[in-house]
Amino acid sequence: MQLTGDRFTSETAAFGNDLSTLPNFPAEIRAPAGTLPGVSSFQLQFADHDIMTPGDAPNVLVAMNPAALKANIADLPLGADIIANADEFTLRACQRIGYTGNPLEDGTLAEYRVTGVPLTSMTVEALKDTDVSKKEAERAKNMFALGLLSWMYNRPTASTLEFLERKFAKVPEVARANIVAFQAGYNFGETTEAFSVSYEVKPAPMKPGTYRNISGNMALSYGLVAASQVTGLPLFLGSYPITPASDILHELSKHKSFGVRTFQAEDEIAGVTAALGAAFGGSLGVTTTSGPGVALKSEAIGLGVMLELPLIVVDVQRGGPSTGLPTKTEQADLLQAMFGRNGEAPVPIVAPNSPSDCFSAAIEAARIATKYRTPVFLLSDGYLANGSEPWMLPDVDALPDLRVTFATEPNHTDARGEPEFWPYLRDEETLARAWAIPGTPGLEHRVGGLEKADGSGDISYDPANHDLMVRLRQAKIDGIARDVAPLDVDDPSGSAEVLVLGWGSTYGPIGAACRQVRARGLKVAQAHLRHLNPFPANTGDVVKAYSKVVIPEMNLGQLAMLIRAKFLIDAVPYDKVNGMPFKAVELADVITATINS
Amino acid sequence: MTTNLTNGHRHSFDLVPVADQPQTAKEFKSDQEVRWCPGCGDYAILAAVQSFLPELGLRRENIVFVSGIGCSSRFPYYLETYGMHSIHGRAPAIATGLATSRPDLAVFVVTGDGDALSIGGNHLIHTLRRNVNLTILLFNNRIYGLTKGQYSPTSEIGKITKSTPMGSLDHPFNPISLALGAEATFVARTIDSDRKHLTAVLRAATEHRGTSLVEIYQNCNIFNDDAFEVLKAPDTRDDFLIRLEHGQPITFGAGATQGVRRSASGSLEVCAGDDPAVLVHDAHDDDPSLAFALSRITRPNLAMTPIGVFRDVARPVYDDLMTAQLEQARAKAGVGDLASLIAGGDTWTITRPAPDETTTRP
Repeated sequence: MQLTGDRFTSETAAFGNDLSTLPNFPAEIRAPAGTLPGVSSFQLQFADHDIMTPGDAPNVLVAMNPAALKANIADLPLGADIIANADEFTLRACQRIGYTGNPLEDGTLAEYRVTGVPLTSMTVEALKDTDVSKKEAERAKNMFALGLLSWMYNRPTASTLEFLERKFAKVPEVARANIVAFQAGYNFGETTEAFSVSYEVKPAPMKPGTYRNISGNMALSYGLVAASQVTGLPLFLGSYPITPASDILHELSKHKSFGVRTFQAEDEIAGVTAALGAAFGGSLGVTTTSGPGVALKSEAIGLGVMLELPLIVVDVQRGGPSTGLPTKTEQADLLQAMFGRNGEAPVPIVAPNSPSDCFSAAIEAARIATKYRTPVFLLSDGYLANGSEPWMLPDVDALPDLRVTFATEPNHTDARGEPEFWPYLRDEETLARAWAIPGTPGLEHRVGGLEKADGSGDISYDPANHDLMVRLRQAKIDGIARDVAPLDVDDPSGSAEVLVLGWGSTYGPIGAACRQVRARGLKVAQAHLRHLNPFPANTGDVVKAYSKVVIPEMNLGQLAMLIRAKFLIDAVPYDKVNGMPFKAVELADVITATINS
Repeated sequence: MTTNLTNGHRHSFDLVPVADQPQTAKEFKSDQEVRWCPGCGDYAILAAVQSFLPELGLRRENIVFVSGIGCSSRFPYYLETYGMHSIHGRAPAIATGLATSRPDLAVFVVTGDGDALSIGGNHLIHTLRRNVNLTILLFNNRIYGLTKGQYSPTSEIGKITKSTPMGSLDHPFNPISLALGAEATFVARTIDSDRKHLTAVLRAATEHRGTSLVEIYQNCNIFNDDAFEVLKAPDTRDDFLIRLEHGQPITFGAGATQGVRRSASGSLEVCAGDDPAVLVHDAHDDDPSLAFALSRITRPNLAMTPIGVFRDVARPVYDDLMTAQLEQARAKAGVGDLASLIAGGDTWTITRPAPDETTTRP
């Protein structure tokens, strides 16, 4: 089903619609088909104008079995189209998941426009002259459905046909079967009278440029490769497989021609410590994980804080705590990223706000990490990771020049007047320490997790020195606020009383909600934080300029807690932790209620 | 640069730049005050390593010592090379990242029995099986020193310590057996106080390309004093030690009066030193079974403790293989081009400027 969704997305992207997707699948690899927990879905919104979310309420549901219908019917507006695979709606299958009868026939769905199509048997019939078994033929039913949908929405089909040829190049009979099924579905739409209309959704007006469709994990992977190029540091990824971050490991492992080294470690701790070891040697050290992995890496991230070495920690957040909901989205690792280490161990946090934004967010994380010699958290989430949208390709020659300069000369004079290297001498402006890598003659030095003497970096247990070093490390991170873009506020009226403040993947739903609120004739301002630690320098001014600040989050109010603590304002949290992104309409209602209160 | 993937073709530090001038031990002493307890076995190991490093003839700035946590892990502070004193148990993983990304470095790991075998056991075994080009010095004093005297994973069963007033219940690890089980390609044992033997083992370990594990019996004179005394005292050591030397008969006792041979069942047994069936040590045997059997031969009172190189075999090295994959990828696809990477396969181009209004909705 995910493959079918991907193909429809590609066709839609190629056609030039704006789009946004929401893949939603169980953690189990082969969850039992026909059960509610086994339902795998792919939601897609596309339009002839720019859109910000995968949509709140699908206008069409393709239900391959009764469980898929039951799991998704609540999201549909009345009058929506339901195309159901009639072959699967046996009485037994319906009763198995709690229907008393066949909902396609017993009037349960009277408020919808239901079309039962025997997708399976029609696919098998269409494939009877091909060389595949009945079982394989049945598996091609998704392609039949895709063909039908492609007809209904006038999608270009060439790319899907090419894709099927390519994907099944080693088993031509399977490629053939899928293509025949796809075409049979398309032709069925054209010839049947079951569907009175087909829809034409014109391309969306977009800025001139070259576009592609991209998911968050893919964009993040490319961003890391780009960061390696612009910093001039070879990329080293130390990682342990974990949902929903593994695709970044998979993707980066393909790019060895860029000098990318990927190390699938024995555990999360080895992943981050290997990355830190590589960073000590002058690589751009990266580790990718999700929340449970961050918990395991905490001590090593603290070491990175103490060593003051660049390190990028990518946390593709998922539902927690513990193993939680591996394939569902959540934003509940913000406070873990902020505080989840022993001692005073500040770490900058960067959060992308859309799938394609993961590209530039990765470069920004690398900029901060290398310039300030610090671990940086890059907080993505499951929704960004697997969701996709059109992306206008950036001009790679216009990417920022982040070349790193290593120390090559002594920077201090010892008591006898001899030149020496002090690894903890700092740049006056950034407070970043000097970074000399092994292989540099004359600058041999030792770093470690024990407290450092200011400047020399020798072990020091001196009380005053520790107090100083704790404050210096904090001041270094706090100072990054001067070096990030100010928090931008979108307030078309210029006179809104209510500000909606968000971070990360809620950007789309919040933006869509604000549009709806404004369409209702109300005034609302929107601001979205890309830097969570430190906040941009103007954040306090922004939040204090509004009488109410609503903070929607997919957690129990973690950003709200930080904003309240830092700026002493009575921020209004709006929280949801059901593993799914916000719907625009629910946020619009919350915002409207706040404005009216 | 050609890439030969066995250590038969490439020596341990073939990719590490060599020094222009002869070096001295003094050049490897850092200006840091050494803070081990007076009488600690670590001093002897430090002195031996500082004396040995000039023999390698490598540029000092291309040598890195990485350690974890514990008494032994202070080691890097005292050497005038690059170094990292990291966190408990993780030195092998840190060193893996460093060594695989920097083939021009000679990377050493210094660790202890608690650091390597307890909290860091997982990293140790995986580093050994990968065969990363590292030299691991495992200081085994069979006790926790820095935390003040709890039993360690190599302490003998029944040991009375602060945390085991009625005796420890844990069956100890044998580090040599463990390393062999993890398919290590170089496994050796030596003793802190035997400078000559320690140096010879270091020499063999640094000539080996891949992971070399050197267990060093080290005396903790505060919490486990004289744990290895029978292996050191002139009147007992010849009877207690089996000095393994490649190509030599496996004999022991003053005057080599005793030897080791295989019994009819295949297990090892003691025989006369001049027995024609005395085994000849073959460290390069691909079959690890004799090395493993030798690692198990020691009695609880340390009688029949083999020292020397148990195993030294060639196997492809992880870092070399990774570098080779990068070279293969570049040979096949050329140096990566970012613009074509991010464009991927399916793109579309919009040439007309966007219209001002978007009211084309059907």
